[in-house]
Amino acid sequence: MSVMTAGRSVTEAARSRTFGPLYSRNVRAVVARGLMATKSSNWMVMLSGFFEPVLYLISMGVGLGAIVGTVQGPGGTVISYAAYIAPALLAVSAMNGAVYDSTWNVFFKMNFAKLYQGMLYTSLGPLDVALGEILLALLRGLMYATGFTAVMGVMGLITTPWAVLMIPASVLIAFGFASFGMGITSFMKTFQQMDWINFVMLPMFLFSATFYPLSVYPTYIQWLIQAMPLWHGVELLREISVGSFSTATALHVLYYLVMIALGMILTTGRLRRLFLR
Amino acid sequence: MSGVSNDDSHDHSQRYVISATNLTKKYGDFTAVDDISFHVPAGESFGLLGPNGAGKSTTMRMIGGVSQRTSGSLSIMGLDPEQHGPEVRAHLGVVPQQDNLDEELKVRDNLLVYGRYFGLPMSYLKPRADELLEFAQLTDKAKAKVDALSGGMKRRLTIARSLINEPSILLLDEPTTGLDPQARHILWDRLFRLKEAGTTLILTTHYMDEAEQLCDRLIVVDKGRIMAEGSPASLIREYSTREVLELRFGSERNATVGAELEGIGERLETLPDRVLVYAHDGEAALEQVHARGLHPLTSLVRRSSLEDVFLRLTGRSLVD
Ligand SMILES: Nc1ncnc2c1ncn2[C@@H]1O[C@H](COP(=O)(O)OP(=O)(O)OP(=O)(O)O)[C@@H](O)[C@H]1O
Ligand SMILES: [Mg+2]
Repeated sequence: MSVMTAGRSVTEAARSRTFGPLYSRNVRAVVARGLMATKSSNWMVMLSGFFEPVLYLISMGVGLGAIVGTVQGPGGTVISYAAYIAPALLAVSAMNGAVYDSTWNVFFKMNFAKLYQGMLYTSLGPLDVALGEILLALLRGLMYATGFTAVMGVMGLITTPWAVLMIPASVLIAFGFASFGMGITSFMKTFQQMDWINFVMLPMFLFSATFYPLSVYPTYIQWLIQAMPLWHGVELLREISVGSFSTATALHVLYYLVMIALGMILTTGRLRRLFLR
Repeated sequence: MSGVSNDDSHDHSQRYVISATNLTKKYGDFTAVDDISFHVPAGESFGLLGPNGAGKSTTMRMIGGVSQRTSGSLSIMGLDPEQHGPEVRAHLGVVPQQDNLDEELKVRDNLLVYGRYFGLPMSYLKPRADELLEFAQLTDKAKAKVDALSGGMKRRLTIARSLINEPSILLLDEPTTGLDPQARHILWDRLFRLKEAGTTLILTTHYMDEAEQLCDRLIVVDKGRIMAEGSPASLIREYSTREVLELRFGSERNATVGAELEGIGERLETLPDRVLVYAHDGEAALEQVHARGLHPLTSLVRRSSLEDVFLRLTGRSLVD
């Protein structure tokens, strides 16, 4: 019977690959699955992720901007209010997307859709699944960032070619949040606990110099906000958007590199807890 | 069989494709699998039989390396599934108790994508997927979405999917639940063929006929412990009589009539809906019942089955 014996050599070859304890070097298959599923997934959800920051930009930047007028950007450049908040909104959207994909999405697929249960019964290891999901989140982030930057261009908010670098920088920011988010999800058991994530994210969104400069706060609050990741993302993109670079720019990048490293250590250390309960 | 010490586990891994020694799984304070040991040689068809909550699925998950054991040792083809998960699972085909098909993908894509997880090339997977769709009688549903399938169709797709990598060990957790009788017999036939081709089958089931048909050897588990181990025939010989007389006196009287039947056959079992008389000769036992002036509404003599072994060992009926 051919169903039972066809291609023995092919399956033997697949088995004789080298495997790690938690890894089969097959992240590709997880990414391919994600892309295939996107084809049939809900386009409204995808589009809303793109439109959210655009709507903020139009309502706050254009609407509020009419009252505010111009503000001082990085390095003392005078820019429109819309141009001031646009990079911040991009940083926020990179954060939101990455956090959503690495926490709620992973939690749901783990506990309800049972998608990972199916994957983990194959020769995929938890690390393949984790890296694949992070990569998919970054791909999506890349798409949104490109779209948003294009919108900024159309609205006349881009004045320097450096601004294109906001796209890879957004991916860097997303990577920082996604690597941490997945590690944190491994500690979550219920939906109530998942709500704590929003509890941390919302204040970060509102207070990280997103809509007005940090200088309005007393010093100790400034320190607190500067310790938070989003502020570094906002500042990084803002500096890139006007092409004003300093040592601070390098420090922001460094902050994210460290965050990614720590996040990946946390996530890989928690893989068994996350996927193999 | 049980009570194998740890130091000869190396020797076991040579002869056995699956070797579990003092395997234990706790969820908090609750012990789901309690110190069980079993050893399965290559090509054997091995069954786990037990009531709901016995720990069968938990054991299956530990074999697949997707659940971490609390203590004991486990070796699959000489490897610890916890330390070599991907490598062990490259040899496994798994039919979980609950279908976990990829609802976002179409039927055929489910097979292709699953094959990719094993690192198999598309040139192999495409014809293989078509063969398996044929096998699962789902060829005309190839382009359908998974959630458009009936429960039994999903089950068949899950079973087909488990064969995509030509596994040398097939884990089947209640594979035929939800299948109609025809689909079930087709599956049995396929499983026989796989067994003939050398595949090791690990099977849980609530259907005694299935266990008797498919299992060379099985363990009866209850509350995480092994109650008995052996071939279906040897278990029936050991734990039951040759024949069983089933008597129904009506639901009111079944319980009270037990005392009056005392002494007939070797053993009595009173269930809510019937009384079972275990006897070497069922007809003779029925004559004795009549001689005592008792007249059941219906009576039936049958051969002992695993069902009776199960009832004897766990005090519970398996039919559900
Ligand atoms: N993730 C879990 N957390 C806590 N308890 C669990 C978990 N999984 C299983 N259990 C418990 O372990 C016991 C054994 O469960 P298991 O699913 O292995 O039983 P089973 O023999 O497969 O039963 P069934 O015939 O109903 O499928 C049950 O009492 C169950 O409640
Ligand atoms: Mg079960």
